[in-house]
Amino acid sequence: MVTEETSQEPPAFPAAAARAVRNPVLRANLRHATHTIRAKRAAAVAELSDWAELRAAGAAIKDHTLRHLDRYLERLETAVTAAGGQVHWAADAAEAGRIVTDLVRATGEREVVKVKSMATQEIELNEVLAEAGITAYETDLAELIVQLGEDRPSHILVPAIHRNRGEIRDIFRERMGRWGRPAPDGLTDSPAELAEAARLHLREKFLRAKVAISGANFMVAETGTLVVVESEGNGRMCLTLPETLISVVGIEKTVPDWRDLEVFLQLLPRSSTAERMNPYTSMWTGTSDRDGPRTFHLVLLDNGRTDALADPVGRQALRCIRCSACLNVCPVYERAGGHAYGSAYPGPIGAVLTPQLRGTGTPVDASLPYASSLCGACYEVCPVAIDIPRILVHLRERVVEGGPASVRGSRVVIKPARGHAAERAAMRAARWALDHPGVLRAGQRLAARTRRLHPDRLPGPGRAWTDSRALPAVPAESFRDWWQRTRGEAGAPGSGRTPDTGRGTA
Amino acid sequence: MRVALFVTCVNDTLYPRTGQAVVTLLERLGVEVAFPAEQSCCGQPQFNTGYRRETEPLARRHARAFRDITHVVTPSGSCAAMVRENYPRIAAGAAAEGRGGPWAEAVAAVAPRTYELTEFLVDVLKVTDVGAYYPHTVTYHPTCHGLRMLGLGDRPRRLLSAVRGLRLRELPGAEECCGFGGTFAVKNAAVSAAMGADKARAVMATGAEAVCTVDNSCAMHIGGTLTRLGSEVRPVHLAEILASTEGDVW
Repeated sequence: MVTEETSQEPPAFPAAAARAVRNPVLRANLRHATHTIRAKRAAAVAELSDWAELRAAGAAIKDHTLRHLDRYLERLETAVTAAGGQVHWAADAAEAGRIVTDLVRATGEREVVKVKSMATQEIELNEVLAEAGITAYETDLAELIVQLGEDRPSHILVPAIHRNRGEIRDIFRERMGRWGRPAPDGLTDSPAELAEAARLHLREKFLRAKVAISGANFMVAETGTLVVVESEGNGRMCLTLPETLISVVGIEKTVPDWRDLEVFLQLLPRSSTAERMNPYTSMWTGTSDRDGPRTFHLVLLDNGRTDALADPVGRQALRCIRCSACLNVCPVYERAGGHAYGSAYPGPIGAVLTPQLRGTGTPVDASLPYASSLCGACYEVCPVAIDIPRILVHLRERVVEGGPASVRGSRVVIKPARGHAAERAAMRAARWALDHPGVLRAGQRLAARTRRLHPDRLPGPGRAWTDSRALPAVPAESFRDWWQRTRGEAGAPGSGRTPDTGRGTA
Repeated sequence: MRVALFVTCVNDTLYPRTGQAVVTLLERLGVEVAFPAEQSCCGQPQFNTGYRRETEPLARRHARAFRDITHVVTPSGSCAAMVRENYPRIAAGAAAEGRGGPWAEAVAAVAPRTYELTEFLVDVLKVTDVGAYYPHTVTYHPTCHGLRMLGLGDRPRRLLSAVRGLRLRELPGAEECCGFGGTFAVKNAAVSAAMGADKARAVMATGAEAVCTVDNSCAMHIGGTLTRLGSEVRPVHLAEILASTEGDVW
């Protein structure tokens, strides 16, 4: 695959993250928000004595469903169709965009209202619709802030997490009027006033819209029922008022039956908003004569999911229920912010999902598996037990060594990503030295003999360490030399430790 | 009881005192310590950077060095986690790709015989008071792989609590990663440094003289950051605290 270097292409993660780290307002916004929600989640989860069992059940249900996804998707299609809906299959983002555009055009409408949806962010549906002359209005408060600010979402649950109240007030004051009802005069940064301004602005959209576009948190194959969980009620408005509803949903959102849903309706709110139960749970099954949309379309989206499903290690990422608990505990996300991940899915789950959905062909996608210190906090909080560190290491191997993978449904052997030749050579050399203790020992002794000459700051690649960290002092004697000197070959107890072992603080 | 010390390449090369402390401590507790000289690096840097096949010769060497040992003890949560979690995966991967054999079986077999130092003390020797004396104010940073991969839990704190003369200060945000992460520290240097600075400031705010860990690679990052920030607080490995006694203060 040829990748073109264009100005549109997002930079690799380290460069984007380094810029974010230098932005003190962003750092403060993210720190405050992630620490607040992190603590709330921990309290909400601690209330349930059977959390570990729920988590195991969630993982098991998802694994079972993914294993038999072909069967459950056909069951879902049959049930949705029987209930009066129409099912469309989209292999990739482009196909999904075409299907939705044609469906909206067929209604004759030029405007749609949107329920917050990650799948439509993933396929950049708003941009596709805009090219076709159709305006999509985001109705989730945070998505509205992002849309008005001509910005990008930076969090799965809280897309405007990178903004503070003052910034939101300014966006509302300056931009709301261009999209519809302007912000009230004298708007302050009080949360109640900001919410009321959004409510007034959005009400006009809800009452006018004839077409709504949503995603779904779950699809129950048994009955063909779609489920959206939300906090604000904007979703309920979109799902009930318009005449036509189009739902774009990733195929992995399927659950077999209603009993399975029970598990996820406990796992999701506590993990995401730290609520025992989310305020609005909307469920719909096809269409109904007297209520709700007259026409319902379900667009089932693959867009790399079956490729991920083909990977025995990576497929567990498809268990994800988009709660964003992993983002909120991630120390890297907290400093880098969501934009650095270069996709709709930021944070740890994005770092394992995006390179599977899009491949590792671009600089940012190849850098995402490395956007982690492998601390494991994400795995610990994941409500469906996705071993994110393990997938990260697995994808790192794909980046540097290439290997077998599924790309658009075909088994291929992918080549290593470019730009790792020096690293590969260094890793090989290090391995060789470490596999030859004589070489290792000679190196240790050389370092010990020259230790008074070691500079405090290194040139070249070493600067990446010494710019922010002092080097440890090299001791006068390695452990193995001390052991040899004091214990000899037999390993007999001898004299104690050396007087000068040159600790880092010596 | 006889154990073999897996000192780790970082301790061997940069922190020999930690290895000496483990030997001193274990011998004081009546344990006979061997040091198989064939040992080297467990291969974690290669493995975690994506070079799984480069790890195989090192895993093979490691398994050979410790082949007849029932208890392999190491003063590193991270290296213990590497052997315990990833060696069976390396063995299975090699077998699946047609490179298996007795060596791979040996690699998988060393995993359950490997103990991080505090696991060995608390679970095998069943001691928490090792008779240590360390007259300093200390804060404890639980390093991630020990905390989350090994599940060390409160073992290090129980050991520290029993040390005479030691005053333990709570570290705010203790369970947050320090930002070392192996090659992450240089591949994502800006984020790593920001995490390190936050950790170092949290350490400094405790007023402790030393920050204790069970992983000297993390301590190298935290200590190096503390030095750059002009702090006198020094990192110390738990083994050195536990080795210290009134007759032989470390």
